[in-house]
Amino acid sequence: MKLQEYTASAHNFEECMKCTICTAYCPVVPVNPRYPGPKQAGPDAERLRLKDPYFFNQALKYCLNCKRCEVVCPSGVKVADIIQSARIRYDHTPPKLRDRILANTDFMGKLARPFAPIVNGVTGMNLTKTVLDATLAIDRHRTFPKYSGQSFEGWLKRHAKEQAKYERQVAYFHGCYVNYNNPQLGKDLVKVMNAIGIGVQLLEKEKCCGVALISNGMSKQATKNAEHNIAALRKAVDKGLTVLATSSTCTFTMRDEYPELLKVDNSAVRDSLLLATRYIYQLLASGKATLDFRPDYHARIAYHTPCHLEKLGWGIFSYELLKMIPGVEFTLLDSSCCGIAGTYGFKKENYEASQAIGKPLFDQIRSVNPDVVACDCETCKWQIEMSTGYPVKHPISILAEAIR
Amino acid sequence: MKFDTIIIGGGLAGLTAGISLQQAGIHTAIISSGQNALHFFSGIFESSETCRERLIRLFSTAGIRVQDIPGYHLMPMGTFREAGLSLEDVASFPEKKIAERALIVNFMGFHDFFSSFLAEGLEKEGTACRIRFIRLPEMEHLRQSPSEMRSVNIARVLDECWEKAVADIRVLHKDEDLIILPQVFGLKDASVPEKIASALPAHVVFVGTMPPSVPGIRTQMKLKRRFEVLGGTFLMGDEVTSAALHEGVVSSVTTRNLDSVRLFADHFILASGGYFSKGLVATPNRIVEPLFGLDVFQASDRNQWYRTDFFQDQPYMDFGVRTDTSLHALKDGVPMKNLYAIGSVLGNTRKDDFGTAAGLAVSTAFAVADAIKESQKEQLP
Repeated sequence: MKLQEYTASAHNFEECMKCTICTAYCPVVPVNPRYPGPKQAGPDAERLRLKDPYFFNQALKYCLNCKRCEVVCPSGVKVADIIQSARIRYDHTPPKLRDRILANTDFMGKLARPFAPIVNGVTGMNLTKTVLDATLAIDRHRTFPKYSGQSFEGWLKRHAKEQAKYERQVAYFHGCYVNYNNPQLGKDLVKVMNAIGIGVQLLEKEKCCGVALISNGMSKQATKNAEHNIAALRKAVDKGLTVLATSSTCTFTMRDEYPELLKVDNSAVRDSLLLATRYIYQLLASGKATLDFRPDYHARIAYHTPCHLEKLGWGIFSYELLKMIPGVEFTLLDSSCCGIAGTYGFKKENYEASQAIGKPLFDQIRSVNPDVVACDCETCKWQIEMSTGYPVKHPISILAEAIR
Repeated sequence: MKFDTIIIGGGLAGLTAGISLQQAGIHTAIISSGQNALHFFSGIFESSETCRERLIRLFSTAGIRVQDIPGYHLMPMGTFREAGLSLEDVASFPEKKIAERALIVNFMGFHDFFSSFLAEGLEKEGTACRIRFIRLPEMEHLRQSPSEMRSVNIARVLDECWEKAVADIRVLHKDEDLIILPQVFGLKDASVPEKIASALPAHVVFVGTMPPSVPGIRTQMKLKRRFEVLGGTFLMGDEVTSAALHEGVVSSVTTRNLDSVRLFADHFILASGGYFSKGLVATPNRIVEPLFGLDVFQASDRNQWYRTDFFQDQPYMDFGVRTDTSLHALKDGVPMKNLYAIGSVLGNTRKDDFGTAAGLAVSTAFAVADAIKESQKEQLP
């Protein structure tokens, strides 16, 4: 008899023994009195919600979904999954126009790309920021990331023939950010992969991973994206390809949020979807590949582990990779949330909390005073650059600079 | 991925061993599946006389002050216990009559600090007590949900506004020579309790609350930071899923997060804790060590596991992993060559050799760190 297996509760919520350790490490609790905290919002209230959905509390929207509660839980309770699942199940408020705009990174990118110089000029203007703040409640302190006139997809398609010449191949899930905002990061990955003798190809057609759709109450659309992406990944994996990604959050969403929150089965592709730094670290560490580093490279680098990478447990690959570069003076920053949490920090009502959450990290960066902060997440990058003035680069871009 | 030593468990035992090894230049990784029993730490190290100086030194390098003042500790329920080695947060007194008059101050609605029990216990020994409550507007949001009036939540509020609490306490204070406060101050900054003490016109002591323990969490954060500053690798929120064993030697382990990337090491230390941390698991008829299947000392008859009188010493608390005298873990009666067990996974079976609880954790951690340092030395030409 498998009594224990058959009676397991959703996201392990009955394992909670009310120790409050999750609340002790929640970044939102000390800065937002309206948030009841992970224990209360998660396993405690779940018991009530199961009796009557009336007990669903809108304050759950203050959860960043940073997963730090799950990382520290001694009992294996998936606290953030309980909270996010409750939002998906019980919150039927239609998302605001602002939230639709922020969440549809893919659509907005497509729309803005052809007019990139104009769009960048307009979104950078103080007048625009004031108008967006007043009409849509997008905080005036934020600047939208710049759009690139050329998409990464277009660039790689033009270079597909050269890439196909490599005997060994990987597929690349570039995500919205690399495609529309920072194609250079994608090009850097191609440079590094080519340097170790591996060609890079696109997936047949990828869509936004959907993380912002989930957090903005558009889980149906997120589920469609998830199903589409899993099918696209499947085609690559069936050809024997490993799929790499550079965004820690896209990787985390497709590996863990798809099955846990959206109930989309990814078991056929999950093990083949890796963060690029993990893949490259393993090749270098095992001696299966070498990189020709520039002898004159020198940088003092401080590494920030994004929350979703902390949850994946893969930060070690990114920072060990950076440490392999000769001429790097390395500092590992304390693991602490930067406060942006994707679209969360863009919302006017969250701006102050977002900056207060990030303060210990910003203070530490200033005291370390590095040449550059390294980080695998694009939204952490915007937040740290805006709040500290220090440049933030992806480890892959740093690697690309450090090799010949 | 290769390390010199891998420690499974990131609590008091694991971190003490990790810091000792890392100080000696031995590259160490700690794998920690969630937070640990330090979050419930009373602040008192029992029976760690053997390593007193070493403990004080190691903790002070991490910025944690440990004291050893003879006398009595005042416990959360108003009882006394003979004083020993403890975190500086734990008050000790030369005699049980600790003052002529004491003012006990608590926060309105905070039920994890037992002011009435304290007063009853103190009055028995001749200290007159007065209990007063304060409420701060900054704390009102916590009071909306009674289950959130917990020590750590309060401490996180007070980190920002402890001066306001001090101002309120000054108003309440009359002629008492002692002020007693709950241990909910200085979660981030250990110097706050001292600042409070100097800002009030009487002697100030802080007494423990129900868990989570604010001094315990602060200790955990500082030890982890120290370990990382020394170059140690801390894998938080990950757990060991399998181990490769061959002829009494562990060569590598795998973890849930790193899946196909095996972690290799010369030495392994099991510091996975007791039942709470799942270092020991009770199945219906047997208590097992789930990672390596080590031998566990236990009563074979389930009825001998516990006594029906809840307040008596419970035999199941004594059960734990069997080791040889140098703490090599036993499997099928044979000592593993490079796997040691330390801390609560040993159960209370080694009371006579190593003491109990926190004392057991640090003294076994030091013993094993020394053994590993010795064997690394022998390997060098």
